[in-house]
Amino acid sequence: MISVSTLTHSLGHRLILDDISVEIPKGKITALIGPNGAGKSTLLHLIARQNPVQTGVISLDGEDIAKTASTDMALRMAVVAQELGVASRLRVRDLVGFGRWPQHQGRPTEVDKAAVEKALEEFHLLDLSDRFLDEISGGQRQRAFVAMAYVQDTDWLLLDEPLNNLDIRYAKSLMAKLRNMAEEKNKSIVIVIHDLNYALANADYFIAVKEGKVAFAGETSDVATSESLSELYDAEVNIIESDGKCFAFHH
Amino acid sequence: MIPLLLILSGVSIFIGVGDLSASQLSFDNEEAWELFFISRWPRTAAIILTGASITICGVIMQLLLRNRFVEPSTTGTTEATMIGLLIVAVWFPDWSLFGKMSIAATCSLIGLLVFLKLAQNLPREQPLLIPLVGLIYGGILGAVATYFAFQTDLLQYLGVWLTGEFSGVIAGRYELLWIAGALTLFCYLIADRFTIVGLGERASKSLGLNYQSIVLIGVATVAITSSLVVVTVGVLPFIGLVVPNLVSRFMGDNLRESLPLVAGYGAIFTLFSDIVGRTIRYPYEIPAGTVFGVVGAVIFLWMILGRKNHV
Ligand SMILES: Nc1ncnc2c1ncn2[C@@H]1O[C@H](COP(=O)(O)OP(=O)(O)O)[C@@H](O)[C@H]1O
Ligand SMILES: [Mg+2]
Repeated sequence: MISVSTLTHSLGHRLILDDISVEIPKGKITALIGPNGAGKSTLLHLIARQNPVQTGVISLDGEDIAKTASTDMALRMAVVAQELGVASRLRVRDLVGFGRWPQHQGRPTEVDKAAVEKALEEFHLLDLSDRFLDEISGGQRQRAFVAMAYVQDTDWLLLDEPLNNLDIRYAKSLMAKLRNMAEEKNKSIVIVIHDLNYALANADYFIAVKEGKVAFAGETSDVATSESLSELYDAEVNIIESDGKCFAFHH
Repeated sequence: MIPLLLILSGVSIFIGVGDLSASQLSFDNEEAWELFFISRWPRTAAIILTGASITICGVIMQLLLRNRFVEPSTTGTTEATMIGLLIVAVWFPDWSLFGKMSIAATCSLIGLLVFLKLAQNLPREQPLLIPLVGLIYGGILGAVATYFAFQTDLLQYLGVWLTGEFSGVIAGRYELLWIAGALTLFCYLIADRFTIVGLGERASKSLGLNYQSIVLIGVATVAITSSLVVVTVGVLPFIGLVVPNLVSRFMGDNLRESLPLVAGYGAIFTLFSDIVGRTIRYPYEIPAGTVFGVVGAVIFLWMILGRKNHV
């Protein structure tokens, strides 16, 4: 479990996160939703220890992340950032291979190599594996970075808007893969997501952030209602149930 | 690459004002061997060490700044080194070599760190801004160095440091470069870490790498290497810029694979410039730095202007 308590974060004089306290369950898929600029990425970066916590405490399975060694963190949590600005000309296979760095520290074993090949295959990257990152499309690059986090094989996986550049086929396949990771391997996944239908269909738990505060948090079926979502986005959202599945309509 | 390197090294050893050919290097010809050990071998070794180490400096700076258009001589680092060397010449002329080098390297380090700080605040979307600011920053430091040298009557020194050339290299006057060579080897050993740093701070942190310390190691390596080179042979502009870019087009930026090639081609380009400089107006010499300055400037412009086709 990740528990965030009384987390406040400001940049310059602007309050970005305002007294956030929330718990993220283990072994589940948690959707982190909210309008643009709500503070989702900031929260994710703090949890992943990309930036130092200013006030408040974040703990990972009971241990304060501020006191965890970075090599240890890398074995427990992997992150895919929203902005994948790459200036580097790496081949896709090499990039994915660096996902195993926390395990092998520069001396890859057969196990590491096999994990990389498997990830390339599972993320449909085999054909691209010898191409350079700056010579493939945005969606393909996104998949390469997700595959890199995937081979890190950590208990926690944080993804910031991973569906952004993906077409329907790859978006579906990624969500199915995440579902599978949570169910079969008991991995805990936090995903920042704007597509409510994917979120409703796959997430067990919702955390909604608005203007730096937690708007609501809880089990999907309890909190993802037409009222709460309409209020969150300041736009009409209707949740309709059909065949036991929920769908969001907003136009 | 290796055959080319060997051939050029051979050419470099056997051309020169004094007569030396392979057949003369039999075991009883002491004179020929003396020429070999005192002048020809040191010169060739110095060229290879210099070429390899300054291209590696270029690569490391390019990764640390995540910008393809930087190297020590276009970002004020060499000018900072010269200020350091002037300080040594004026106030600490009788310090040991090691002491003098420490002052020069410290000045380069400060110069480089200040530039890193400046570059941090520039927008990433404008990749040409960093080299532009680098040139201006280098210009300012260069002006300070010139003014200081003028005041202290040391302009001549400055002239020597500014032109990279190997004609003065003989046994006993280039050995510092072996340290630069050793640093190059060290960079190869931690190549993976530099590659990860090239992916950015976020990616490095999520892989558990201590980003700051790798950046510091890189910066220190560049500062030390570039001061060693400036002291021994002078500034060789553009090689650290051109060679890594050319290699990156074919090999990419996985340093574990590309560093040996970068170093090798750095040595080849430097050897080539030196050989051309030595033969074109034989028996006079044109400094290798000048030769490559011309060739490199053309390639550099082509790289910048042709960039759109590749990005
Ligand atoms: N580097 C920054 N400097 C100042 N403000 C920032 C910076 N990055 C983000 N912000 C602000 O912080 C707020 C939260 O941003 P972010 O966490 O990226 O939102 P989200 O991911 O929910 O869209 C926004 O109002 C944004 O303008
Ligand atoms: Mg965001």
